[in-house]
Amino acid sequence: MDQLTPAITFILLYGVSFGIVLFVISIGLVLTLGLMRIVNLAHGVFAVLGGYLAFKLPTLLGISFLASAVLAVLLVLLIGIFLERVFFRWLFGMSELEQVLATIGFCFAFIALLTFAFGPNVLATKYPEWLSGNISVLGRPFPVYRVFVMVVGLVILLGLWLLFDHTSFGATLRACVDNQSMAKATGINVNWYFSVAFAIGAGLAAIGGIVGAGMLPLEPLYPFKHLPLFLTIVALSGFGNIKASLVVSLVVGLVDTAGRYFVPELGAFTVFTLLVILVLWRPQGLLVGLK
Amino acid sequence: MEQNKLTFWRDRVGVIWWFMALACYFFFPDYRAFGASVLVMTLFALSFGLALGFAGIISLGHAMYFGIGAYVAGRLALAGWQEPISVVLISGSVTGVLAIGIGFVILRLSGLPLLMVTMGLSVIVFEAANKATSITGGDDGLSGISFEPVLGIFKWSLDGNVQFLYTLVWLAVVFLIARRLVASPYGLSMAGIRENPLRMKLLGAPVLRRLVIMYALCASLAGIAGALLTQITAFVGLQVLSLETSVDVLVMVVLGGAFSLYGALMGAPVYLIVKYVTQQWNPFYWMLVIGVLLMGVTFFLKGGIAAFLSRIFQNRHTG
Repeated sequence: MDQLTPAITFILLYGVSFGIVLFVISIGLVLTLGLMRIVNLAHGVFAVLGGYLAFKLPTLLGISFLASAVLAVLLVLLIGIFLERVFFRWLFGMSELEQVLATIGFCFAFIALLTFAFGPNVLATKYPEWLSGNISVLGRPFPVYRVFVMVVGLVILLGLWLLFDHTSFGATLRACVDNQSMAKATGINVNWYFSVAFAIGAGLAAIGGIVGAGMLPLEPLYPFKHLPLFLTIVALSGFGNIKASLVVSLVVGLVDTAGRYFVPELGAFTVFTLLVILVLWRPQGLLVGLK
Repeated sequence: MEQNKLTFWRDRVGVIWWFMALACYFFFPDYRAFGASVLVMTLFALSFGLALGFAGIISLGHAMYFGIGAYVAGRLALAGWQEPISVVLISGSVTGVLAIGIGFVILRLSGLPLLMVTMGLSVIVFEAANKATSITGGDDGLSGISFEPVLGIFKWSLDGNVQFLYTLVWLAVVFLIARRLVASPYGLSMAGIRENPLRMKLLGAPVLRRLVIMYALCASLAGIAGALLTQITAFVGLQVLSLETSVDVLVMVVLGGAFSLYGALMGAPVYLIVKYVTQQWNPFYWMLVIGVLLMGVTFFLKGGIAAFLSRIFQNRHTG
């Protein structure tokens, strides 16, 4: 009993902080799938790009980590808008297979470019001093960094909740997700909402990439390596359901952490077994039909 | 008339393809070992092309069967069963039977969920193989594999002569079977299921059963390709089970053209040769090339190389 309580507390803490990173990275993916019906296998690109910029800019420009993180997110946001215009928009209406291929091609090309620019190895990521200490939880050390991740996650959650549930922008966006042609018929400029949602998704992925760099190390292969994880969340979330994707992300984060804690020799085995079972059980998404 | 022209075109491409494959054997003797591995991947791509192009089964986990076939062949050889042809057939049967079980469960899905589940399964198999070092050798793989001469006559050689011709014969046999299958009533009903599963069901076709049979057949061909890879390289590594291998084969098929059997035959060599050449310069360079190629094919060249060639050829004859 004395052993179990701290173990469970730590699994909860580590699992939730990991789940939050997954959630922040995957929101954009869930949105694009829900809004634009585009299976975007290149979404991890925005996360890794944000991470690289945030950790490279301080030395290049001589600015603090926080300033460079904000700058990186804004840059990725702009790049997201640009790419949506020149690339992702054109995938609309293609078959799932074609979307998979085009976006995985984009992903490959990006990985190559990132390697040319920064080399093939894992980027050394050093968070500033104030994030590197530990706090004490139940008499054991717990990294401040993980606390920071959870705080960032909560702020983003709050922001998204306000944006989606309490602004007319959010209501319009949800209308576009639920019934696109009806939204169009009422005079909503659906394409504009697509662009904005895509940019928001890209920016959030960048935040996820930056704050998550301590859990998902930044390297050129990042978008491909962690693709199964991001796709798991999207597959289980159903079309464009952000609340479901939060639940799913936390479940995946917790199961992965618990699995690695109790049976470390199984590695990623646990979480993917869960994925297969859940997708087979509810192919339309985990929470579909449970309002 | 139109139909005749099409078959004529196809046959001609076929003749040219097999002729070129043989020509490679004579003109590039230094590359026979590489050529044999290209032929194995072509066979693997053909197995995936059948599933994707003719049954409409999209999958990100086809390497699972390829890899299992490779490991079965490796284990058999290490256990002392070294007669090559029977080993290939056993490996193919194992993956085929496995796919019947898996198929009945997963082929109820389609589209994105199917993509996820196949990917999830292949990640699970990869992780399992990674941990089960006593069976798979883990990261080190299985080495020290040797096979008896083919038919008791042709000895495996270092320069890859036997390997090349042996895999070429296997590919030809499988290709003929596949072509026969696609043209059969069963193949036509497959096309119907691909285009409109609901309507086929309403017509009374046992959709799930037919899909499972097709899936098992493709898995068994993938297992055969895997076993051949073990035989020509005398080694099995974890790479055969990886997600990259599944993506590779998907790219090959689509690059070549998913809706023609020749798609796999053209996509695989083009992909592998581009990969081979560009990797000489920089290991990451091919990712850029293949990425751009993929985007190009989806946007500008629907139907891949096979459709492109067929368009050129038909223009020459009609116009």
